[in-house]
Amino acid sequence: MLKDDNRRVMLEKFMKENDFQESALLEILHKAQELYGYLSKDLLMELSGSLNLPPSHVFGVATFYSFFRFKAPGEHLVTACLGTACYVKGVEEILLAIEREFDFKRGESTADGKLSLFVTRCIGACAMAPNIIVDGEVIGKATKEGVLEHIRLLLGGVTTETR
Amino acid sequence: MSRLKLDDLQKIAEHELDFQRAYKYRINVCCSSGCVHLGALKVLKAFEDAVKEFGAEKECKVAKTGCVGTCSVGPVVIVDKVGAVRPRLYQNVTPEKARTIVQDHMILGLPAEEMLYKNEAFFKKQHRLVLRNVGKIDPSRIQDYIAMGGYSAIVKCLATMTPQGVIYEVINSGLRGRGGAGFPTGRKWSMVARTHNSPKYVVANLDEGDPGVFANRTLAEADPHAILEGMLIAAYAIGAEKGYIYARAEYPLAIETLQKAIAQARSMSLIGGNILETPFKFDLELRFGAGAFVAGEETAILASVEGRRAMPRPRPPYPAHSGLWGKPTLIQNVETLANIPIIVQNGGAWFSKVGTPKCTGTKCFSLTGKINNPGLIEVPMGTTLREVVFEIGGGVPDGRTFKAVLVGGPSGGCLPENLLDLPIDYDSLTKVGAIMGSGGIVVIDDQSCMVDTAKFFTDFCVDESCGKCTPCRAGLARVKEIFEGITEGNGKLEDMATLEKSSVYIRDASLCGLGQTAPNPVITTLRYFRDEYVQHIVDKTCRAGKCFRKEKEV
Repeated sequence: MLKDDNRRVMLEKFMKENDFQESALLEILHKAQELYGYLSKDLLMELSGSLNLPPSHVFGVATFYSFFRFKAPGEHLVTACLGTACYVKGVEEILLAIEREFDFKRGESTADGKLSLFVTRCIGACAMAPNIIVDGEVIGKATKEGVLEHIRLLLGGVTTETR
Repeated sequence: MSRLKLDDLQKIAEHELDFQRAYKYRINVCCSSGCVHLGALKVLKAFEDAVKEFGAEKECKVAKTGCVGTCSVGPVVIVDKVGAVRPRLYQNVTPEKARTIVQDHMILGLPAEEMLYKNEAFFKKQHRLVLRNVGKIDPSRIQDYIAMGGYSAIVKCLATMTPQGVIYEVINSGLRGRGGAGFPTGRKWSMVARTHNSPKYVVANLDEGDPGVFANRTLAEADPHAILEGMLIAAYAIGAEKGYIYARAEYPLAIETLQKAIAQARSMSLIGGNILETPFKFDLELRFGAGAFVAGEETAILASVEGRRAMPRPRPPYPAHSGLWGKPTLIQNVETLANIPIIVQNGGAWFSKVGTPKCTGTKCFSLTGKINNPGLIEVPMGTTLREVVFEIGGGVPDGRTFKAVLVGGPSGGCLPENLLDLPIDYDSLTKVGAIMGSGGIVVIDDQSCMVDTAKFFTDFCVDESCGKCTPCRAGLARVKEIFEGITEGNGKLEDMATLEKSSVYIRDASLCGLGQTAPNPVITTLRYFRDEYVQHIVDKTCRAGKCFRKEKEV
């Protein structure tokens, strides 16, 4: 871990604001994932040192909650909502179509690291079901064709900045 | 802002109302999650621009507001005219339409009829107590809430009521916990109040983990101060000085709204030390969940607030006696808390007239699935499922037929058509194998397979089981395996008996509510849709075409 990394400084500051309290562990993990995009083994080891908690405790808490990621996500993130309303409205079909077209499974990234596919349990936009979130933007009443087209366009060289 | 005294609040309310009455029109753009996804922020900007373009800034006030519930036709905009009988609701508003609405409605005085939401039935049977302020106030302004009579209930408590008096009113109201189990709220409060140990804590549960449910999120986004005021009153009644709101991390807008609300309340000395210049003090922190369904369970939420894995523990001791860090803790769902200010304002007796004698008040439901008018509704307890599905919800779309309604989230029950006349209350739902849960109603049509649906919920519960107790961890995994067998063509007739038996074991032997209710979808689908199981096992066919598929065919 780079000590002079700005993100590390920000994380340290956040821990200080929380008095390095054990009860703020979840908040600190949230902050770490927000800064780094995922929680690497090294990062978790460092947190355990800073908070003076056994690594088993920090890893145990982090892996318990499905919100935390332990592998670097791809360049573009596609998240499918797998809540009940979205399921009833056929989100599974869309998921399977994405997996087939880009040849990878949910929870993984494509071989070139361009695309990651995650599932989440309900983002609470049920009236718009099915919902697919592409790079933070929610696509409501999603269709298989629409979503695939959207992703193809993303991977076709259009970056998040120019969009 | 300077420190408030008890009688200052009235002045703020009057000042704010004068300020609001100066405008002829108030244009409220729904900026809750649902509408924001559909472009509500652009619509908001378009209204501001159009009002400027027509030079009507002195007559029209453009503001953000919370969700009115008609999420399927968003972005929605509510136009309120001073002195008008009722506000007008515009649906599917786009930035282009915004200009037309301003021109027609505000400048020419003729509402743009073709864009209005005309479905009266959606609102007719609703009764809005918890959602009293949605669509009327800007959730990011504390003044708006105060103008609607907000924070006057805590003033009433501090000025004229003893803590025991407050608890008495809550007991009198008959209010029961809206988190799902329906424990009488007043009784819980008196348990915590009577416990001699300090400090005491209040925890507001906004960990709405049920997939398909968004009622609490909408409440937090639309009226955050109602939750804060409910917490203040609870803290005063039980003698707590510190509180936590535990919110789902998947609800960024709700978190942002609450953070803003807490900061505003703090700056007006409604939170902190010497609240309203009285000795009463109460401080509040937000805590975030991280995607664990079980964290909504009351002992699990405590573990999570303490920064540990959200694993439940056996009760007793109840949190009322030994909660956060072993101290007495009151845990309430945010919807329960939002009821408190109106109970204090109007009295418990007034509140108990709404609903049924055993289940007073109203309940918010997220109405979703295969239904014409999905959205957020609030109905009095005792309303029938048929009224909710067919009158408010408008029935099943696309000429399909109604098959089942799932009440109470992934651990609720699947109820068939002949049970639709059931009144919605805690006890009748439990009797037929469903639960109130946190208020999810998902409608299923003939395109869905009930075996597949039960399998989906079992998968969910297997994923979300914390793994602490064996019936839930191992039992549900076995149930899942049996479902896989049935839906892949390897089912045996005796599987149904095994499912039934395992379900009962899991229900009776699990440690917490997750395991105890997880078999509900299995039990109810076996009870009400047994023929579909038989068809899957004997004929190896699925009427809805969901099962027996190879991956290629999808």
